[in-house]
Amino acid sequence: MANNYYDPADLRKFGKITEWSEELGTKFFDYYGKVFEEGALTAREKALIALAVAHTEQCPYCIDAYTKDNLQRGVTKKQMMEAIHVGAAIKSGATLVHGTMMMNKVNKLEM
Amino acid sequence: MSVTKSKKSLHKRHDDLAQANKQLEILSGGIFADGELPTFAKKIKETNQFPLRPKKLEILQINVGYMCNQVCEHCHVDAGPDRKEIMTWETMEQCLEVIKNTGAHTLDLTGGAPEMNPHFRRFVEEASKAGIKDFIVRSNLTIIRANKKYYDLPDFFKKHNVHVVSSMPHWTRGKTDKQRGEGVFDLSIKALQELNERGYGMPDSDLRLDLVYNPNGAYLPSDQAGMEKDFKKALMEDFGIQFHNLFAITNLPIARFLDYLIASENYEDYMYQLVDAYNPAAVANVMCTNTISISWDGWLYDCDFNQMLDLKVNSKVKHISDYNEDLLNDRDIIISQHCYGCTAGAGSSCQGTVA
Repeated sequence: MANNYYDPADLRKFGKITEWSEELGTKFFDYYGKVFEEGALTAREKALIALAVAHTEQCPYCIDAYTKDNLQRGVTKKQMMEAIHVGAAIKSGATLVHGTMMMNKVNKLEM
Repeated sequence: MSVTKSKKSLHKRHDDLAQANKQLEILSGGIFADGELPTFAKKIKETNQFPLRPKKLEILQINVGYMCNQVCEHCHVDAGPDRKEIMTWETMEQCLEVIKNTGAHTLDLTGGAPEMNPHFRRFVEEASKAGIKDFIVRSNLTIIRANKKYYDLPDFFKKHNVHVVSSMPHWTRGKTDKQRGEGVFDLSIKALQELNERGYGMPDSDLRLDLVYNPNGAYLPSDQAGMEKDFKKALMEDFGIQFHNLFAITNLPIARFLDYLIASENYEDYMYQLVDAYNPAAVANVMCTNTISISWDGWLYDCDFNQMLDLKVNSKVKHISDYNEDLLNDRDIIISQHCYGCTAGAGSSCQGTVA
């Protein structure tokens, strides 16, 4: 076991998860591949969504992979940062909107 | 990772990586020597494609010199204003003899900036008389605006029905200038507009204008058709520029790009990317199977990359002075790990994807 929980080299081993559960692993990668194919959304739009979600999930492997993927697709730094702000806005908005629960509770409890 | 840029070639700096044997050592050592990654030979053996053999010769690519007005970060030629290797008229005459008799349908002039060879125009005039179907000049665009003596190049190209293929790494100023130097984007745009004015790149025009895209760092090019769509939309909307096709080319780990990969600590990861993206279908059509590359001093190579690594053809015929197409076509192509660059994903060649 390495001294760090995260190792960039582990990203290359992602495909090996299939080895310990072939059926589920294969089904996952088939699904994954299908999701990122060109569809009603372009592959580039999907790559930008993936980058934003990678950040809200704070997954280092996903950030590594989808930053590279976006560069490959010609996406600019400005576009990538805007996508991350969308993720950040939803993440902070999701926190704040729960404030209405707090307000409801306070209003119910207080005379 | 940010890497210190130099305006001098590796040769001028007497850098170790200016030597072909040092580059080949790196490409055969490390992760390939210890078996972490398979060598290219081992990989193509898996699909019975070893040894790699030529098919019909289609393209004669002539490198008329390594001198260039630019010092691009990724340049596999290590070209620049300080390179003095220039093809002489004597060697050009030998090339003209070959061009008259070749079975190849495409003549492809490259450099450096080929226009900087003092005999360039005379050579184009003579070569265009040979009746070659497709006569390509790889122009870096900025040369057209670099000096008054080059201002008439668009008219010269048009007069000789030259097919212009030009590098354009991105449709934004920032990305283009970062790779190719400050001010390159604006000069390239101006040059493209001038070519458009002569009819180059227009939808129904026979004056072919194609652009070459290569990634701006340690990653591979994406879908060529998608990139072409993006380039066309952006260049039309922003500058009213039109062109025919976009060729997406993978950066090969040679010379300055290899230097960049090592200095930025991206080398191993990049080689993994190339090997992971290996596509056996691309092997069948790699450009060394239909191309002969001729250097400024007349030596013959399987491709421009092998030329830069000084890997001469494995044939009795090694020099333009002894040129014999039948003998040349009966050879094994020389390979090393840089070849993974031409077989990654949809493949890569001077004409774009191959698979």
